[in-house]
Amino acid sequence: MKLSILVNEGPYQHQSADTAIQFTKAALEKGHEIFRVFFYHDGVNNGTRFAVPPQDDRNITEQWTEMAKEHNLDLVICIAAAQRRGILDENEAKRQGKDGDNIAEGFRISGLGQLIEAGIQSDRLVIFGD
Amino acid sequence: MSEPWEDDELDGPVRKFMYVNRRAPYGTIYALESLEVVLIAAAFEQDVTLVFMDDGVYQIKKDQNTDAIGVKNFSPTYRALEGYDVEKLYVEKESLESRGLTTDDLVVPVQVVNNDQLAELMEEQEVILSF
Repeated sequence: MKLSILVNEGPYQHQSADTAIQFTKAALEKGHEIFRVFFYHDGVNNGTRFAVPPQDDRNITEQWTEMAKEHNLDLVICIAAAQRRGILDENEAKRQGKDGDNIAEGFRISGLGQLIEAGIQSDRLVIFGD
Repeated sequence: MSEPWEDDELDGPVRKFMYVNRRAPYGTIYALESLEVVLIAAAFEQDVTLVFMDDGVYQIKKDQNTDAIGVKNFSPTYRALEGYDVEKLYVEKESLESRGLTTDDLVVPVQVVNNDQLAELMEEQEVILSF
């Protein structure tokens, strides 16, 4: 089955990101295809490499990055939601005149059209959020 | 026997998208960012249905004034949906009535459906996004 994942809440404050990671991992292990993981609302905060959770806690962003590397996942952060919340890649930082970017490895920033396309192309769009 | 998700019909270019708005317009950003999804999605010419239920019915209430909370009043944007060919707007009867509202209180024309009818509508959808 071809699945896409939508993550609507930020890491740590909500369990959605953890559950989305566990679901994605389980789906891949079962042999399903993940067409795309899309991050919206505060979910965009999953993609900052500047988060430093305590060492005895999980690092959610690193979990995404590792999973993306291993399974060639397409992790897409919504540009409109990211602009509000200060998630920037190099291009966006330049375009907005900001002095640095903070996007984590394995993530990319793109438009909401990527979410709609995921809804069209996938057998199921599975949503994690409140 | 093929699995339901292997049904070829699901692979057509036009899918039935439903956006379910359940939250008050202010207090959280869900309503505003849901509207942003709907407007962008309109360009993809999918079969779009919008639902307002629970506190989400307040999103399309007339005469919103946000001056005192310093947040932009985005309710006029719902009136632009028609221009994007987003014309299937449903409001859950129970949500409307329990808040003392009627369709006269809303900024856009809607179809009022009860909870059972809404469940049937949801059953027909291929992608449901709830905000």
